[in-house]
Amino acid sequence: MTLLELESVTAAYGSVQVLDGVSLSVPDGGAVGILGANGAGKTTTLRSISGTVRTGGRIVFDGADIRGKRPEQVAAMGIAHVPEGRGSFGTLTVRENLRIGAYLRRDRRGIESDIEFLLDLFPNLKERYKSNASALSGGEQQMLAVGRAFMARPRLLLLDEASLGLAPSTAKVVYDAIARLRRESGIAMLVVEQNANLAFRVVDSATVLETGRSVLSGTSAELKGRDDIRRAYLGG
Amino acid sequence: MGQFIQLFVDGLSNGSIYAVLALAIVLVNQATGLVNFAQGGMAVLSAYLTWWFAEHGIALILAILLSVVASFLLGGLVERFAMRRFEGGDPDTAVVVTIGLLTLVTGLCGIIWGYNYLTFPWFFSTGAAFTVGGITISWWSVMSVVVIVVIMGLLQALFAGTKLGLALRAVADNPQSAALSGLRVGRLLMVGWGLAAVLGAIAGTIIAPKLQMAPQMLDEVLIYALAAVVIGGLDSPLGAVIAAFAVSVIQNLVAVYVSFIGSDLKIIVPFVIVVIVLALRPQGLFGRKQVVRV
Repeated sequence: MTLLELESVTAAYGSVQVLDGVSLSVPDGGAVGILGANGAGKTTTLRSISGTVRTGGRIVFDGADIRGKRPEQVAAMGIAHVPEGRGSFGTLTVRENLRIGAYLRRDRRGIESDIEFLLDLFPNLKERYKSNASALSGGEQQMLAVGRAFMARPRLLLLDEASLGLAPSTAKVVYDAIARLRRESGIAMLVVEQNANLAFRVVDSATVLETGRSVLSGTSAELKGRDDIRRAYLGG
Repeated sequence: MGQFIQLFVDGLSNGSIYAVLALAIVLVNQATGLVNFAQGGMAVLSAYLTWWFAEHGIALILAILLSVVASFLLGGLVERFAMRRFEGGDPDTAVVVTIGLLTLVTGLCGIIWGYNYLTFPWFFSTGAAFTVGGITISWWSVMSVVVIVVIMGLLQALFAGTKLGLALRAVADNPQSAALSGLRVGRLLMVGWGLAAVLGAIAGTIIAPKLQMAPQMLDEVLIYALAAVVIGGLDSPLGAVIAAFAVSVIQNLVAVYVSFIGSDLKIIVPFVIVVIVLALRPQGLFGRKQVVRV
């Protein structure tokens, strides 16, 4: 069953058209990547879903058209967005950041056991549990951002360029943790990533964007098998 | 020695005036990320509202409660209709808007109620005092210190221990991210401003009987309160209160014991302290240091 469906989505910042017809779909429990060069519209695609940019076209989540809804309404429907730049609350502690992630939940016990689960998934965060988020390293902040989104227990996780600014080895650790998160929670994911090799650690299929349009979709195996894709996004 | 202790106690008494307003400034900063210069104006307006209710035959305690409720609503409305459009932009712009609001609100009070000093009714005479070991302490000071301690405790409990407090801090820290976690940013900012206005109302209402009530009554107090906030740390209620008391006590002592300063120049004392603190510890004595990493 399809969880999220984008149909000819458009978006603009002022007079600058950034998305010019993006279509893609994410199956329930599936993980889809969005690949593309800088400026192709990957981040804007996620932002159009979470309601942080004005959009046209159709965005259907779980049978309901969510286009034009405000970010907090989209969040309440079960979509958690890990924004580019991580969006940490720097003056809040690690624990407080995670509790904000769970803001809409009422099940106290579930929240505590999910925090336990995350600290097990990201042992680094355990050591920094009472520190302010601003004191964390880039990798730790990325883990915290993923953890914060997970705390909402969403049905769909939007993940924006989780490798940005991280050392390659750290980026791998983060992606492996995300893959484990997916296996153990079954949350569907839409993953924006410049580094396609990293994305394929998590996703089963991907859509390629070029200048604001989706030009190609396929399973991971199909895309990896194509020479042009390999050259453009997989480093030869 | 007796004089020293008396000066010290008087300093604490004065300091409690600064401390109440300083607390209000810290609250707004925690809940909105801004330094709100309009805090003094909102406190004055609330004091006038209390006075006005009392003048119309409402019992003082009820008048205070009514004023607190009205201030909460006004604070929320100020956020919604004045501050909202400036929140996404440069914080400096928003701060300038609060300065404009300060002028506007005190001006409105002047137009409505005039600039003459009015007598504010109180439960007891603010001159009433008792003597312990030769030191005179006014009941008003005792009351204001108690009120401050209670408020401080409540604020600490709100921000450290409740979901609402946590949400207010998150919104002040990163509104975009807060919205992505499902927080209703606009509504929380209104609540933050409303709560700050409530603190302002309490501040204005307990200060008014001590000073004489006029639109400009808090102008000087606001300056000392801001100095205390800078010294104590913008994010620390306890720090701001301690700094408010310290500023006032030091000021009192310096005025008497340092002859070339005296009472004419004592206004510079807080600012000298501000400069020293900013040079040595820019986050304030009790503030948390901001570490920024990428």
